[in-house]
Amino acid sequence: MHEMSLAEGIRSIVLDQARAHGFTAVTVLRLEIGRFAGVEKPALEFAFDVVMRGSPAEGARLEMIDLPGQALCYDCRVTVQIDDRLAPCPLCGGGRLLPEGGDEMRIRDMEVV
Amino acid sequence: MCSVCGCHGEVTFDAGPKPAEKPLPFPHVLAKAPAAHNHSHGHHHDHGHHYGLGAAGVSVPGMSQARLIEVETSILAKNDALAEANRRVLRALGVLALNLVSSPGSGKTTLLCKTIQALGDAPLAVIEGDQQTSADADRIRATGARAIQINTGKGCHLDAHMVGHALDDLRPAPRSYLFIENVGNLVCPAGFDLGEDAKVAILSVTEGEDKPLKYPDMFTAARLAILNKCDLAPHCDADLDAYEANLRRVNPAIEILRVSARTGQGMAQWLEWLRARLAEKA
Repeated sequence: MHEMSLAEGIRSIVLDQARAHGFTAVTVLRLEIGRFAGVEKPALEFAFDVVMRGSPAEGARLEMIDLPGQALCYDCRVTVQIDDRLAPCPLCGGGRLLPEGGDEMRIRDMEVV
Repeated sequence: MCSVCGCHGEVTFDAGPKPAEKPLPFPHVLAKAPAAHNHSHGHHHDHGHHYGLGAAGVSVPGMSQARLIEVETSILAKNDALAEANRRVLRALGVLALNLVSSPGSGKTTLLCKTIQALGDAPLAVIEGDQQTSADADRIRATGARAIQINTGKGCHLDAHMVGHALDDLRPAPRSYLFIENVGNLVCPAGFDLGEDAKVAILSVTEGEDKPLKYPDMFTAARLAILNKCDLAPHCDADLDAYEANLRRVNPAIEILRVSARTGQGMAQWLEWLRARLAEKA
């Protein structure tokens, strides 16, 4: 979807962190990406390589950690874990689910030097 | 580079005729913002970046180079912070801000023009987002309403920063409606908070009953779905109940209105919905 915008968001955070912590280079950058975040990983990897040029994260290794999808089942009234956006409730088999978690897109941590 | 916040990009703003100057607490006008805000600058490197030969590119005797920094920050944190700033301004003014989202061609602008006419004297303003042209803002201005056009260039969505600048130029009146017509796109605008009170998804009955299932994020993020062009339903074998079932499949809490901006069907219920939401802001 908007992976270039996401990469620009990452770059901006890297620059802020570099100022705050006084590092010159990022070697590994770890992201947490929810199942429902709508992030196309290969597109983000491509955008990351392009957008980080000239920043401390140029050439950094990008690692993406999947976070599970969570949804509230309107029939069971409990939060259940689902892998697919349109998967039925694993408890009742119903389809009235509202996503509650899994749209995360965060930088977890960075290895820097 | 933008003198207010240091932003860069290729977004252009067409504010149309400039409104009267009024001192209001808009986040970007704490400094002086120009009426038209144009960006034509970029970030160029004609040099390389040298970090030396080690992992760090530098070496400090006796010190380990690598360390781990916990960040735990949302990638969209900047957008979210700017959206929250927009929301504070809009709340202080009692402005109801609606983010109208849909695929291209769903009839957003026509619905908006008819809505503006039907709202009569109610104060309102419009932010139009498109990749190119000021055609939509021109259509809105022809109704007598104030509108600003944001051209995102290659951008596929509006973001909170663009809307913040548009608010500086528009300066919506207290207790007014602010309609933000997002770039026609059922994917990206779902992820970018603009500071609005609610997203309203417009889905025309010619698009296919399965659209909510194919693009669930947008309809999950929306509070209200407007099934537009309902007058065409009999001509294209559209199953309106199937549309509604699929909308509720991806968002059990969604409100749905069947509307035809062309014939006026459902417009009374839409206006009632708008007036109730504005009253809640007071």
